[in-house]
Amino acid sequence: MNTSAADRVVIVGASLAGLRTAEALRQNGFAGRLTLIGAEPHEPYDRPPLSKTVLSGWLGTDQVLLPRTCDLHAEWLLGVPATGLDPAAREVRLADGRAVAFDRLVLATGARARRWSDPAEAALRGVHLLRGRDDADLLRADLAEAVEANGRVLVIGGGFTGSEVASSCRDLGLPVTVTQRGAAPLAGALGEVVGSAIGERQQAHGIDLRVRTTVRRLEGDASGRLRRARLSDGSALDVRVAVVAVGSVRDTGWLRGSGLTADERGVSCDAACRALDAEDRVVDGVYVAGDVARWRHPRFDTGPVSFEHWGNAVDQAETVAHNMMSEDVRENDALPAFWSDQFGLNIKAVGMPAVADQVVLAQGSFEHGPFVAVYGRTGVTVGAVAVNSPRVLDGYAALVTERAPFPPVIDALRSPGRMVPVDSRIPHPVQELVTVLEGQS
Amino acid sequence: MRIVVDLNRCQSYGQCVSAASEVFRFRGKESLEYDHVPDAASDAAVRRAALACPVQAITLATATEEISPTEAAHR
Repeated sequence: MNTSAADRVVIVGASLAGLRTAEALRQNGFAGRLTLIGAEPHEPYDRPPLSKTVLSGWLGTDQVLLPRTCDLHAEWLLGVPATGLDPAAREVRLADGRAVAFDRLVLATGARARRWSDPAEAALRGVHLLRGRDDADLLRADLAEAVEANGRVLVIGGGFTGSEVASSCRDLGLPVTVTQRGAAPLAGALGEVVGSAIGERQQAHGIDLRVRTTVRRLEGDASGRLRRARLSDGSALDVRVAVVAVGSVRDTGWLRGSGLTADERGVSCDAACRALDAEDRVVDGVYVAGDVARWRHPRFDTGPVSFEHWGNAVDQAETVAHNMMSEDVRENDALPAFWSDQFGLNIKAVGMPAVADQVVLAQGSFEHGPFVAVYGRTGVTVGAVAVNSPRVLDGYAALVTERAPFPPVIDALRSPGRMVPVDSRIPHPVQELVTVLEGQS
Repeated sequence: MRIVVDLNRCQSYGQCVSAASEVFRFRGKESLEYDHVPDAASDAAVRRAALACPVQAITLATATEEISPTEAAHR
């Protein structure tokens, strides 16, 4: 398209999606000015290790920096959040009062952890969120003290972040309680059938798992230090550290008044990553990538959702760069995929298990060893999850891609003799998916 | 050297662990863990690991520039 050297591209968000967009633009020959704006003072780093290798003590937070695959010759404005967007003036406003002009703009501001609802309780020392590097440093320091004191950790929310935090805390030898509003951990993303199977393995690793339980109150001592949690089952727990892992909200507050369609569920865009206005019209020159993008995946008959997946950030970054640099408009139809490592389990999923109405065990055993479960929605295969079976997942991804009938015909090692689909027990309507993929409830 | 592994693509073949065991390791049977910023002494082993990966999941840094926050963005 217009790729003259006078062209200025501004990318708001300097995490995986923003970095990969910048790299892909340069690799596609973009020769104009490139500016990356980041709210955090840190250069781009990888987030998945924060709840795993960082929290369990192997890596420092300065050891998870993302590699760059080309020289970007970019201007980096780090440690300064964007506070406003004026699409008519083609200008992004920053918290320090500066204004940055653009010809084309990429929104890649991601999401932040949902805060504990009571501000006074959230402010107690020992109450943590885990989203960024600084959060991880604070939590690690507190966990080190908890190890000394053998204090209990309370993880509020049994989604992926909460479960991985719980796993890392067990690695440190800490006693851990996890509360989960629904009937099973990971149920928002994988349903209660598979979530219960994983929950049993979590319990085998010593997690005190409290399902259908919420935290009513966090209580501190006179010095403002967390001491106790009151749970909805009437019990009280002495806890030294609490990690609030109840989902995330997309960082879109700064777009108020911009004319874009944006709320805490994301910025609306089409499958080509082009931002949409209130009438679903493409906003010229404004693109969206990563966790903050809310869009309708062309392979699935669902409403618009945001995917907080590492791979989605990468795929959308490439789509944005292509569509900026080329006359032909490419849609991103890459199959969603995500992973989690916890309690010695490698959990990998493809497709959209969270929209399924049925699930079937395709290989292995829910009780013992590796397994693969396949998800269906109105008779179509829409997803699969593999636990400790990463090498078989490609075959299941192919079934999702070709929209194979559900239950699919599987002729695999360790397949049960007869496959019996059951209700997947996904506890949320599809429209609310955005908030549950990471969340507790 | 900086690296990142696409863990969607990774199928836990373990070639990287064989090539550079101080950088890559398994947790449990199938979960790969790795140091994103390994020591320069491991560079050659890390390159071998990237070449050996059957699914080409390892990305190595090739940029030569440092990131320097700039004040030059004034309109």
